[in-house]
Amino acid sequence: MEITLENLTKVFQSKKEEETVAVDNLDITIPSGKLFGLLGPSGCGKSTTLYMISGLLRPTTGKIWFGNEDVTPVPPEERGIGLVFQNYALYPHMTVRQNIMFPLENVKMDKQEGLEKAQEIADLVGIGHLMNRKPKQLSGGQQQRVAIARALVKSPRVLLLDEPLSNLDARLRLQTREEIKRIQRETGITTIFVTHDQEEAMSISDEIVVLREGVTQQVGVPQKVYDNPNNLFVAKFLGTPPINVFDGRVENGKLYIGDADIANYDAPDQEVTIGIRPEGFKIVERSSFKVDVDLVETIGRDTTLIIPHPNDETQSFRAIVDSEYGVQPGDKLKFNVKPSKIHVFNKETGELV
Amino acid sequence: MLEDQSNVKAWFYLLPALILLGIFIFYPIVNAVFLVFVDNYNYQTGTYDGFTLLDNFRYVLSDNNFRMAMLNTMLITFVSVPLSVIIALLISVWLNAIKRMQGFFQTVFFLPYVTNAIAIGMAFAFMFNRRYGLINWFIGLFGIEPVNWVGMGASWGNAMIALIIYITWLTLAFKILVFLSGLQGIDKQYYEAARVDSASKSRVFLKITVPLLSPMIMYITVTSFIGAFKTYTEVIGMFGERLGPPGNDRAMITVVALVYRALDRSGVPGALSEAAAASLILFAITLVFTFINMQVSKKRVHY
Ligand SMILES: Nc1ncnc2c1ncn2[C@@H]1O[C@H](COP(=O)(O)OP(=O)(O)O)[C@@H](O)[C@H]1O
Ligand SMILES: [Mg+2]
Repeated sequence: MEITLENLTKVFQSKKEEETVAVDNLDITIPSGKLFGLLGPSGCGKSTTLYMISGLLRPTTGKIWFGNEDVTPVPPEERGIGLVFQNYALYPHMTVRQNIMFPLENVKMDKQEGLEKAQEIADLVGIGHLMNRKPKQLSGGQQQRVAIARALVKSPRVLLLDEPLSNLDARLRLQTREEIKRIQRETGITTIFVTHDQEEAMSISDEIVVLREGVTQQVGVPQKVYDNPNNLFVAKFLGTPPINVFDGRVENGKLYIGDADIANYDAPDQEVTIGIRPEGFKIVERSSFKVDVDLVETIGRDTTLIIPHPNDETQSFRAIVDSEYGVQPGDKLKFNVKPSKIHVFNKETGELV
Repeated sequence: MLEDQSNVKAWFYLLPALILLGIFIFYPIVNAVFLVFVDNYNYQTGTYDGFTLLDNFRYVLSDNNFRMAMLNTMLITFVSVPLSVIIALLISVWLNAIKRMQGFFQTVFFLPYVTNAIAIGMAFAFMFNRRYGLINWFIGLFGIEPVNWVGMGASWGNAMIALIIYITWLTLAFKILVFLSGLQGIDKQYYEAARVDSASKSRVFLKITVPLLSPMIMYITVTSFIGAFKTYTEVIGMFGERLGPPGNDRAMITVVALVYRALDRSGVPGALSEAAAASLILFAITLVFTFINMQVSKKRVHY
């Protein structure tokens, strides 16, 4: 089922008449049966958006559509959603089985049928053998699966996940995100996944939206957003290591960083901010882009070069090159830059030039 | 070596507390046990006519005043404690849910706690006044004839109802205080999760609030049982030293009241032993119920 957010806005009013615009005029369509990532830095309104979709929060203005149904006035218990909280909110006094059964008992499902359903879902998420444990007796990853099972068991129309992996350690996070992807595929349920971790969002989402201070920055397939960022914020937010940012200028259809001629660029002469992905550099024989290598980190196939920043010697930027070049610290190199890895932004607005 | 030293230090720090406990708690208990096993103890002279194992208990158990006191005490305890726990729980949940005037109502419910039980007892006695009382006026609205709750010659039953209502109300304050702080410690997300999962209000209360509050409920229940077994001040507050409505003296006598009455007669040989026997019986009952409570809590309380 497709979900549409229409001019969705949430303003929090504190006691001292201060207003926080947590979500600002969001206009997004979340495709049916897909895993949709809601991405942005902490405090950008991700949870607020998710809670509005769940119905736990009322939008200040705007509408939420589930398919053709306007659910804006519908209370959460009637929306048919499954919600996984950031810290899971498993009932500590109930066993795993009781936790998973709880939503079914609420709708007075037949006991036997409920038990079978709970077992089936628990098996799907891989905790079928832990049904008699209390949440406290489970690891973080297992608790997280129980939370997902509890959200899924009543066959919701939408599954909402609020930073589901943030309480897990690094290794488990990788494992579990694959697991979430698998569960989403197997159930085919429209899923909205909130995270501040761009790598996480990029790796499992079919589509993402990048939010900043409640405002949509860009929506699209992760790779597309990565390759074609709309603005400097998106460019900087996506990618590890992050994009390198340089002060530069456009002059006579060419792009310069300092004196180095980087590429041809068709735009009026102006000062610009240039973003270059670390993987966008090529070592060549002849170029005006000359650098001194400061440090070299080799991890497997890739070598990361740490190079003094042309705009500010105290800073540095990163270039990832093939380790076959055998670059050593202190080497003097010349770079070409792959045009597709260059992004040019307006110096003031940060918008694409 | 180091441990030995710190042990000595620990005992040293504990000493003042131990001395005070010894003088005011352990010594009187030992004394009470001694009194129970002597015959015709004379308080003035400190003399007694030899030892006895059960005579004092036998005497107390056959005493009509004691039987009355036991009946009253048990009735007060087993009605007022569950009643006030349940009412306090409901009021706390309601207080916790409202947004406006929460502070105001909290203060209202807490007032009895900081007010003198005897003063409120007199106010309550007046509320139950046959002619001018609020209660009779209220039930009059439903066409019920005025009831003689606590007036001249009021029946045991009526007086007991009035007393239990008063005690229930008086003991609400502290329970509400504890429950409310417990409720405020429950993560709101449990309620949000329950809401998303379409749990009804009653299921949220029974399946989430009560279990998560169970440590508090247990604590309150145990301490309330112990407190209720010792009911005394409330009877004085409402009925004065007559311990009952005028013309029905001692109808509301409790075990502790009986003990104090025996102390008043300390000049009479054996009176103190009666008091000691009565208080030891009460102590034993309290112990048994506390033990039962604890056993139940092991099964029912989710820490
Ligand atoms: N109940 C609330 N009252 C006031 N401000 C809030 C409330 N909830 C969130 N906010 C504010 O709204 C903004 C977005 O919050 P949130 O949606 O939780 O961010 P995120 O989940 O992206 O970290 C933040 O500035 C936060 O302080
Ligand atoms: Mg959040």
